[in-house]
Amino acid sequence: MQLINTILGGLSLGMVYAAFALALVLIWQSTRIVNFAQAPMAMVTTFIALTLIESGMNYWVAFVAALVAGFVLGALVERLIIRYVDHDNHINPVILTLGLFIVLHAVAAVIFGSNFQSFPAPFGLTGFSVGDTTFNLTPTSVFTILIVIAVMALLRLLFLKTDLGLTMRAAAFNQEVARILGVRVNRTLTLGWALASVVGSLSGLLIAAGGLVHPSYMDGVVVYGFVAAVLGGLDSPAGAVVGGLLMGVTLSLVSGYLGSGLVPLAALIVLVVVLLVRPGGLFSTSTERTV
Amino acid sequence: MLELDGVTSRYGPVTALQDVDLVAEAGRITAVLGANGAGKTTLLRTISGLHRADAGTIRFDGRDITRLSTDQMTRAGMAHVPEGRGVITELTVKENLRLGALGRSTHRDAVSIDDVVDLFPILGDRSNALAHTLSGGERQMLVIGRALLATPKMLLLDEPSLGLAPRIVSQIFGVIRQLVHEQGLTVLLVEQNARSALSIADVGVVLGLGKVVAQDDAAILAADENLRHAYLGY
Repeated sequence: MQLINTILGGLSLGMVYAAFALALVLIWQSTRIVNFAQAPMAMVTTFIALTLIESGMNYWVAFVAALVAGFVLGALVERLIIRYVDHDNHINPVILTLGLFIVLHAVAAVIFGSNFQSFPAPFGLTGFSVGDTTFNLTPTSVFTILIVIAVMALLRLLFLKTDLGLTMRAAAFNQEVARILGVRVNRTLTLGWALASVVGSLSGLLIAAGGLVHPSYMDGVVVYGFVAAVLGGLDSPAGAVVGGLLMGVTLSLVSGYLGSGLVPLAALIVLVVVLLVRPGGLFSTSTERTV
Repeated sequence: MLELDGVTSRYGPVTALQDVDLVAEAGRITAVLGANGAGKTTLLRTISGLHRADAGTIRFDGRDITRLSTDQMTRAGMAHVPEGRGVITELTVKENLRLGALGRSTHRDAVSIDDVVDLFPILGDRSNALAHTLSGGERQMLVIGRALLATPKMLLLDEPSLGLAPRIVSQIFGVIRQLVHEQGLTVLLVEQNARSALSIADVGVVLGLGKVVAQDDAAILAADENLRHAYLGY
């Protein structure tokens, strides 16, 4: 019974990691940047939702407003900052996202305060029960699982079935050829960052639901989400989802059976093992560079 | 159709093109020839805006396009056809073709994917295959077909014969010739393979170390033995 409940808990957590990992993968695919600022960006939009809810706005309106804010924030970060960094040197943009991480933290602490504040849940937080047994599956976690699946399905539809998605993929795979074919590559890059930031914001809102928020409440997620993305191969959206679920379940098992103090350590062990055994990730399609 | 006037292009300290004057007339095939490093590819990249000219002007259809971005150029009706490596290998053949049609300029009746498949039937057979599974010849057909879908007025072809078997080269050149005759397409053909290029071109331009060293009717250039030995290597 404990095993089932631990896994159920891991699944909804895993969906959140999957969404976060997907946000990282979207940006990595198009710009070859690991966006460490994704976590504080999501934190800022969650605080925006919280502020709106506390000012009396409907929960779902605030939820959507936070996603829209995520879209705008992602576009602004790409348009105003990332575009002007020297992309030939791969480390520069990454350092920049780390810097942005720190700046957003500080700004959020000034604006929203650095106390823990509780964030309401959209649905109930008591598990469903059958007879005497209560499962560790709450209406809120069902919502979490369903909305992440829905968002992923929409993204898949966008990328595989629409012209816009096709131009975004083309620009991600080969910028120069995309330009030759008339794709406005700069726009697709901005849009890519904006969409990634929406997905990141979604994971921020889902983690916050029924819990506490604080300027650094997403910091753990960036580590787990990053490991999930690497696990999936960084280049593969499907891999990010599977990686996220694996991370969620693994960490939930570690936390349930070995103690929650070991969770960060377990995440790092998974990362090290993946990098040793399959450096390209479980789903990577690109071949390794041989020198 | 296309006019270059005193175009100079540099990569850092290296001058790849120096004071190049060149005219490609409408409805004709102009071949640009020269050895490796003569500046042929830089010429195409400068025309299509992938590389900015450091001096000079480029006019296309009477309009100054020196400062236009590459995607604007495509919309204006100029299709840069990179050599076969320019397929997007992660996408399917069909997706590559769909992309071509998205950059469409509006001045002519649209070319459909079916029209392209009529020209290159193999692309129809391989429609759902990922482009990285294609052979060199198939890739070359794909980049040309994809460029045609944008209904360009002018094709800039970068070494279409590179690494291909002679039979495939003549098939591809045949299609290019046919397009020029039937649809009045203008072609700027950059080639290292001077003999084949001059055989289908109307006009030839020879580049040597970034400068134009000769510009004349293709037949006259092909007959000039000194030029052939010095710059064309046959």
